[in-house]
Amino acid sequence: MAAFFGLFRRDLRLSLRQGGDTGLVLAFFVLTVVLFPFGVGPEPEVLARVAPGILWVAALLAALLSLDRLFLPDYEDGGLDLVALSPLPLELAALAKCAAHWVATGLPLALISPALALVVDLEPRAIATLVASLLIGTPALSLIGGVAAALTLGARRQGVLLSLLVLPLYVPPLVFGASAVEAGALGMEPRVDLLLLSALTLAALPLCPWATAAALRQALE
Amino acid sequence: MLSRFANPARFMRISATALPWCAGASAAIIAVGLYLGLIVAPPDYQQGEAVRIMYIHVPAAWMALNAYLFVAVASGVALVWRHPLAEIAARSAAPIGAAFTFVCLATGSLWGRPMWGTWWVWDARLTSVLVLFFLYLGYIALVNGFDDPARGGRAGSILALVGVVNLPIIKFSVDWWNTLHQPASVLRFGKPTIALSMLMPLLVMALGFTLLFVTLLLVRMRTELNERKIRALRLNAMAAPMPTRRRPESAELAPPAALP
Repeated sequence: MAAFFGLFRRDLRLSLRQGGDTGLVLAFFVLTVVLFPFGVGPEPEVLARVAPGILWVAALLAALLSLDRLFLPDYEDGGLDLVALSPLPLELAALAKCAAHWVATGLPLALISPALALVVDLEPRAIATLVASLLIGTPALSLIGGVAAALTLGARRQGVLLSLLVLPLYVPPLVFGASAVEAGALGMEPRVDLLLLSALTLAALPLCPWATAAALRQALE
Repeated sequence: MLSRFANPARFMRISATALPWCAGASAAIIAVGLYLGLIVAPPDYQQGEAVRIMYIHVPAAWMALNAYLFVAVASGVALVWRHPLAEIAARSAAPIGAAFTFVCLATGSLWGRPMWGTWWVWDARLTSVLVLFFLYLGYIALVNGFDDPARGGRAGSILALVGVVNLPIIKFSVDWWNTLHQPASVLRFGKPTIALSMLMPLLVMALGFTLLFVTLLLVRMRTELNERKIRALRLNAMAAPMPTRRRPESAELAPPAALP
């Protein structure tokens, strides 16, 4: 377990100190959300209607933005070979890296989302649901994205390929996340959607590191 | 059993004999199915003549799912046993499956216009078939995205297995969510809720589409194998020393004056 937390801390430290991955992701999130009022017009009722979808799509794109940094630097400088050689199982190493990715991107996204909810006139009673849904759903985004990031290591045009692979797989979290927020905005009980979202994350938690490790092994072969 | 069919030379031999039969049979059966579906089968009491789109739409949808299942199973075989032909089969089947998915989406859209009054609805089944289409595109892009084709094949195999999660969602989406799309009426417990005069052409078309899939798969696999053979020959030709360029006899024996 020491190796697991060591890798987790190293990745977190790198993404917080180096080039400001977190800051970039948050800036992207804010800018994307702020673009929508320009696109659909400033009427509060229109914005309030589409706010759950805007916030979730923007969070999803922001999480996608940083995915190619998940394994690529280590793959290029050979650090990934050392991780694969270490006694830590590659599945746990993948989980540690995804967890660090979530703490550096998903968690700040969820924490900053109430401020952006005000920008797009989301019903105030839905803000708690929004934060909860992002907290529950973004780990699934990091875990699923880890599989795609590992699969596309060393490919030509990795960034485009990565989005093509990951966006279809992001549809279920998006559907349940956005509908939870929408239920909250309409004053209904968002429990069912939140539970389904938790089910997605809990299913991704054991399955995705396994697939990620298989993908990393064939990349390092 | 698996290793018997791992020999590409034997595959080329068997497929060369099987190919004309498969092609002929699929053409004949699809022709019969189209005749039964478009001319013999009665129009629907509610939908009229537009119901005939079903004879293309439903078999294409079945093939879209089955082709993905085929890709996934072949990928699993390729990953577990390193079966050389399984990987080629998976990568050859994906574009065919994507084409069937596209046909399914396009005919469904044409059918939805007169029946539901719209080209497209964000209904659970339509959305999940669209996601299936994107999965196919992602698989094809990933397989072709590497300079080393073997690397692309392995990465694609893992992706195909990850995407299998989507199949049950598509299959049962109409039962889980109450949507505009009608529930399954043929493959279900108990009696099918479709008249025999409509079921027959549907099954004939499904058989014809399956044979069409097999035919196209064989053609694509043979092309892929030939391509690899050419690539290997070309690499060998480049790697080997070039004996024809050396002229030891002429250099030693011929007088310099004889050269132009």
